[in-house]
Amino acid sequence: MSVLSAFAVLIDGLVYAAYLFIVAIGLTLIFGVMKILNVAHGSFFTFGAYGAASAVGIYFNRGLPDAGGYLLMVLFAMALGLVLGLILERGIMRWVYGRDEVVMVLVTYAAFLILEDVVILVWGPGSYATYQPLLAAGNIEIGELVVSNYDLGLIAAAAVLAAIYYWALKFTRYGRLLTAVIFDRETAAAFGINVRVVYTVTFVIGAMLGALGGAIMAPKIAVTLGIGVEVIVLAFAVVAIGGMGSIEGALAGALIVGICRAATVHLVPQVELFVIYAVMALVLMIRPYGLFVRAQPRKI
Amino acid sequence: MARRDRIAAGSAFVAAAAAAFVLPDWMISLATIALANGLVVLGLIVMWRAGLVSFGQALYYCMGGYAVALLGRWAGVTDAFLLVLVGGLSAAVVSFLVGFLLARYREIFFAMLSLALSMILYGLLVKTESLGSTDGLNVIVPTFLGYAPHREKLLVALYLLVVVVCAAAALLTHAYFRSLAGALAIPVRDNEIRVEFLGMSVSRLIHTKLVISGMLAGIGGALAALAVGHVDPNMSYWTTSGEFVFITILAGAGSVGAAFVGSLAFESVRSFAFAMLPQLWQMLLGSVLLLTILFLPQGLGSLIKRLHWGRGAKAP
Amino acid sequence: MSSLILSVQDLGKRFGSLVAARDITVSVPAQQIVGVIGANGAGKTTFINMITGHVRPTKGTIHFEACDITGLPSRQIKGMGISRSFQVAQIFPSLTVFENMCAAAAIGRAPKTFIGHVRTPMRSRESVTEAETLLELFRIAPYRDSLAGTLPQGIRKLLDIGMALAGSPRLLLLDEPTSGISIEEKFDLMQVVMSALLSRKITVLFVEHDMDIIEGFAERVLAFYDGTVIADGTPATTLADPRVQTLISGPKVRLAAGAGAHV
Repeated sequence: MSVLSAFAVLIDGLVYAAYLFIVAIGLTLIFGVMKILNVAHGSFFTFGAYGAASAVGIYFNRGLPDAGGYLLMVLFAMALGLVLGLILERGIMRWVYGRDEVVMVLVTYAAFLILEDVVILVWGPGSYATYQPLLAAGNIEIGELVVSNYDLGLIAAAAVLAAIYYWALKFTRYGRLLTAVIFDRETAAAFGINVRVVYTVTFVIGAMLGALGGAIMAPKIAVTLGIGVEVIVLAFAVVAIGGMGSIEGALAGALIVGICRAATVHLVPQVELFVIYAVMALVLMIRPYGLFVRAQPRKI
Repeated sequence: MARRDRIAAGSAFVAAAAAAFVLPDWMISLATIALANGLVVLGLIVMWRAGLVSFGQALYYCMGGYAVALLGRWAGVTDAFLLVLVGGLSAAVVSFLVGFLLARYREIFFAMLSLALSMILYGLLVKTESLGSTDGLNVIVPTFLGYAPHREKLLVALYLLVVVVCAAAALLTHAYFRSLAGALAIPVRDNEIRVEFLGMSVSRLIHTKLVISGMLAGIGGALAALAVGHVDPNMSYWTTSGEFVFITILAGAGSVGAAFVGSLAFESVRSFAFAMLPQLWQMLLGSVLLLTILFLPQGLGSLIKRLHWGRGAKAP
Repeated sequence: MSSLILSVQDLGKRFGSLVAARDITVSVPAQQIVGVIGANGAGKTTFINMITGHVRPTKGTIHFEACDITGLPSRQIKGMGISRSFQVAQIFPSLTVFENMCAAAAIGRAPKTFIGHVRTPMRSRESVTEAETLLELFRIAPYRDSLAGTLPQGIRKLLDIGMALAGSPRLLLLDEPTSGISIEEKFDLMQVVMSALLSRKITVLFVEHDMDIIEGFAERVLAFYDGTVIADGTPATTLADPRVQTLISGPKVRLAAGAGAHV
């Protein structure tokens, strides 16, 4: 493989990893804090993508500065995520806290099914093309390779997000509260932490991140029905590889999957679709709880 | 089996068989698919009693279906009994092999690994031209020990085949639940460490249940393939597994009959929803699931609270 | 002279650089009631785990009824006649007390083969009879139809120990049988347990922190400290041993007659 194609694989891999990370980060946050595997995460993504499509449709053809378009896209999607997350958490999730883990997953699955049709109700069954932000960013040439600035922006966005996340978790008061709750909910509550509020805030943040993922990806994909379905499994795979609840894990998982997938697309396209699940299965076989999470032994 | 249960089961079987000659074609079709899917749900119940939820039964369902399609296409086999048998056995072999790995996992990690494995098959199938890729494969018209019916008679023959297979599966599974291996599911779910300390190999128990449910799903997939006449990679997609789990919730894990009743109910609701509100059937389904979880824990109650083993059996 | 049921020679266990147990040599005659004392981390649990097969010794041997069981898997050891109960009662909360006992009995007499498992009914006559007998023996028959998850602590412990007796083991290891039980009830609980065990002619090793219980029920005491046995004798001599007093039990306080005395 030539240096050029190796570089192409690297860029592709990083772009895909950036996408996966942004999408997975909300999922792993919600699981880490609330121990819920949120299938409706796919809905947050979908709403974010459709929201961005609407925003772009409204904005980009009016001759206004492009930067505003990006901002609008992101803000609108995150606002949708905020609202959706609040409705879901306060309206449904809070009635089922404390139930079996699997029951919670099924509740989120039910919510996902409902929201899939809400999308149709709001935006109709057609697909939306949201390519303007992608085109507006232009390309740069690295040697013989033409790389989209939007893709580079994606990588930067993911890196910034990871940095903010890390800083927020380690250095802000709220971040430390969150870490306490992740580690041991009961003890955190015993210390006076209002776990209920933490749950709501966490869920909403997770929703906003999911929607952000959808908004950022909208210009790169066809915004149509069913995008949520595929995103869910991808996000699961990344989170499972990295370890549920671990941000470093989400980063590692996203990078591993991103590079692997880019490599297979260039080298062995036949296995592209299943390589992510093969990696997931492999990791789970060696480290059942993911790369960055240790098993808790049971005391008897 | 208690006398009352025996009468109920017998009547259900006779009624189901007789229905073949009374109901309109579209109902028979629907019932055929629903009962075939009921087998997958039965397998899920077997595992659920032991506390395990698989989000990857689609793997075996798909294997059973493709085994039938390929056997018909490559070997020219048309006998329905043989096809279903091979479908079930191939799924059983795979679940046996996979079981060595899967039996070591529990709870959400078991669910995720089973999901991953089914998605691997999906990915493989989509990218393999000789297996039909996304279009899938057509399934040959089955014959029944030499008898080669067409159209309505074929429909009825398939339906009766499914009814017979489901009845057999139901009886065997019921007997399994009353046996030591089957009844120990609940102690394993409650406290598998104690079961181990009492001297029983938990991983062997679970491995067995994995094979049983894998085989049931494979048989279900084979029957579904014959009924629909077509297989495609979607049979292995995670949403297919999700649907089976969905039905299991509706049904409740309390009894063998629940699997089939639940599946019939689900299939009816889905068809109804699709016909009446084609844009909103997912919402309807999702709402039904949500309402069941919130207000009808009976569906869930029996798997989360205590389960009497040996339905209706009292201490001698 | 009763034969030795358990014979442990130079038994030791290291976890990496941590020495959890070392140089343990103990011989237990059949039907002896042995109390095991020692602070947490002294090696008592490791000792029990090695005998039951859950931890593989790194040194030494264990013989049970003249068979070498060193390093054998726990299920095999259980099948040979060694059983244990737990500090935190390990029961099946969603089943009734009777069903719990039935499960234990059924597992105890389960055939070895897969076909056997599938052909044997769960509620065979023998299992049910054994379960009923054990319920009577441990005086928990009145709780027969209560869900095990709703039981008071004392009854839970009795159920836990009763389940360990299914399958008629000849050596029983009790891990803190009275832990979690209030002081007023400890003695009564042990009375029930011991009369049940004595009627079955079982050899018992029980771990305890309550020295009154040790004095009341043990014929012999093994004192553990720092991974090894530092004293081995009758309760009177062992508890009077100055090292035991310093490291484990504290000085013996003579109570005025009648004040809290359990006689």
